[in-house]
Amino acid sequence: MEITLNWYLTLSALLFSMGVIGFLFRRNAIVMLMCVELMLNSVNLSLVALSQSMGDTAGQILVFFVMSVAAAEAAVGLALVIAIFRDKLTIDVTQINLFKY
Amino acid sequence: MDLSQAYSMMMTDLGATLFLLIVAVSGLVLVVFDAFKPRHVATPWIAGLALSAGFVIEMMSIGAPEGLAWYDMMRTGGSAAFVNSLVLGSGALSIILTVPYLKKIGHNIGEVYAMILFATVGMLVLGAANNLVTVFVGLETMSICLYILTGFVRSESGSTESALKYFLLGAFSTGFFLYGIALIYGATGSMEFGAIRIAAEQSAGVMFWGGVSLLLVGFLFKVSAAPFHMWTPDVYQGAPTTITGFMSTASKAAAFAALVVVLWKALPAERWADVLAVFAVITMVIGNVIALSQQNIKRMLAYSSIAHAGYVLVGLASGSQAGYSGALFYLMVYTIMNIGAFGVLALLEWDGKEGSEQTLESLAGVGYRKPFLGWTMAVFMFSLSGFPPLAGFLGKWAVFAPAIDADLVWLAIIGVLTSAVSAYYYLRVLVVFFMKPEGENSPMAEHSFDIPRSSAAVLIACVVLLVVFGVTTFALDVTSGFFAADTVTQFLG
Amino acid sequence: MTASILFFVLASVAIAAALGMLISRNPVNSALWLILNLFCVAGLYLTVNAEFIAVIQVLVYAGAIMVLFLFVIMLLNLSVLPDLKRIEWRRIIAFIMGMGLLAMLMFIVANTLDMVPDPVTLQVAAETGSATSLAKVLFTQYAMPLEVIGILLLAATIGAVVIAKKKPV
Repeated sequence: MEITLNWYLTLSALLFSMGVIGFLFRRNAIVMLMCVELMLNSVNLSLVALSQSMGDTAGQILVFFVMSVAAAEAAVGLALVIAIFRDKLTIDVTQINLFKY
Repeated sequence: MDLSQAYSMMMTDLGATLFLLIVAVSGLVLVVFDAFKPRHVATPWIAGLALSAGFVIEMMSIGAPEGLAWYDMMRTGGSAAFVNSLVLGSGALSIILTVPYLKKIGHNIGEVYAMILFATVGMLVLGAANNLVTVFVGLETMSICLYILTGFVRSESGSTESALKYFLLGAFSTGFFLYGIALIYGATGSMEFGAIRIAAEQSAGVMFWGGVSLLLVGFLFKVSAAPFHMWTPDVYQGAPTTITGFMSTASKAAAFAALVVVLWKALPAERWADVLAVFAVITMVIGNVIALSQQNIKRMLAYSSIAHAGYVLVGLASGSQAGYSGALFYLMVYTIMNIGAFGVLALLEWDGKEGSEQTLESLAGVGYRKPFLGWTMAVFMFSLSGFPPLAGFLGKWAVFAPAIDADLVWLAIIGVLTSAVSAYYYLRVLVVFFMKPEGENSPMAEHSFDIPRSSAAVLIACVVLLVVFGVTTFALDVTSGFFAADTVTQFLG
Repeated sequence: MTASILFFVLASVAIAAALGMLISRNPVNSALWLILNLFCVAGLYLTVNAEFIAVIQVLVYAGAIMVLFLFVIMLLNLSVLPDLKRIEWRRIIAFIMGMGLLAMLMFIVANTLDMVPDPVTLQVAAETGSATSLAKVLFTQYAMPLEVIGILLLAATIGAVVIAKKKPV
């Protein structure tokens, strides 16, 4: 069986949806952050597959930037988690919502 | 291409985006300077001067014809220069207001100013982007700096918590935004706005429209339009007040500018009016109705800023050149009003629970104790609710009139009705400020609310600008010249 | 044929690892599952001849970002979050929303067969994915976003240090 571009796009859509479900499902802030990383990573897979099948470099350049952004987001997010944990001794997002409607 | 040729091209591009270079380099200088001389008095000066210098440069190039720089990554001149000067001006005014505020709450951290400059770099890149890669990079630079600024000042725990909430939801929306970019790239084979339009006009299938809708979700999140507004009240309440003024104006202006350019330059326009109109209605109704029941003034202003995002969306929904330029004019007016309103609130803040929460009761009668703050707040509130002759009225006219021209009369009617509702909660602030007597043991009794001269100057400047832009139409004339390129007439005709 | 088998093995391990990340109760296990997923995706990059991105994926994602995650999890000594007694509506809503999104994305992918331009040959693809060709555009055409990303990383570093510092300055 020939592996076409659509297989890669399907896999990417599946992983992205799993990231979305995980983000909404889990209560642990660090695991939610990991789910965001999974979402970004699955988009990268789409971008690389599309870029390679078109022979165009733009998609892979964007992947390069996405990885940098993911690193920056991880650093800032984990710093915020540490600050919250020091304050509340929990990183359960249902426990740390101070403001309500 | 030859590398030396490429670098000589980059040197000319550096000249075209000199403002960006100034702001970025000053941010780097500030980081080093602050490491050696922490809390030095010159730190805010460097930041403020850099932003002002950029502001002057960009003000002068508003009249210049639209151009492209950095291998068509950035737009220069015309509307891009207008948005840039809006962002830079908002940043400069916010820095002037931030200096006494941070001293008052005892968190005079030098990194705040560097972070404001870095966030400004992101906004400038976003507002002047001509390529989805630049949009993404600018958007993320802006957002990450804003997450940090929200969580920076930890006088109360609410700051960090709202920062985490902002961060998690923002990162989540980034995923959708990025997926949208990937799908558009797959459908059109390019990320440059013009090339996307050309490819989409030939054949726009499910993949393209799916990508555009995911991209739109990301944008609507960043401009805090309903139903993606959930983070806004918490973040605006939790962030330091002057920073809230900055992020509610500059980031919204930059994100809306990028959205306008995407709609104008990258998409075949015909299908988007109805979708944007629906979002505009939801946003205006939710923002204005929930604002009615807010007791906390910062939260009320947060919902009001959601409502104002709805008014701007009305302009975008009309899909015409007048609508897009009206949206830019509205963003300018909104920036001036909101910087002023949050500036007044920052001056009325004091340490302690009531001081940082700023409920309506705790500020009763403050208009008599501090007439200057009371009257400037009155101007901002009247302008926000859209009373003539202040600029808020002209701004609403600039976004509602194109909607009527585009046969969206019902949308304009809903807009006018909801802004009539909004008058209630804006004027209630003034009623509390001026008509209610100060409570017997009001917690603010022992606070004197000193008004630093610099902050007073900013507030007066905002008031003057609101009056000037309200009674004269030269600013409206300037903005109405934007987006008039032949690309627009091409699909309208 | 080999390529097909390789794709299916890597893809199914990637999906299984993502699932493992979602249902692990211990955050350390979640992080380890995610690392496995990232490695599989790096392998998939190799199957489309994107060598440079594959290497960067392992170095940056699996090497740096996930080590940071593991470091923070162990620093905070996080245990498993306690169970909630009440029915969690957010979980049900999450599931419905996620499935709706998946259906939408699948619909999009299923409709893209005719959308994507003709695939290029293997040689061209290998040429596109090489470090040389990426570097050429990255340092000329995309020089401006690259500089801005540099500023972003600096800002994130400073911000992370200040936020995570024990005492407010």
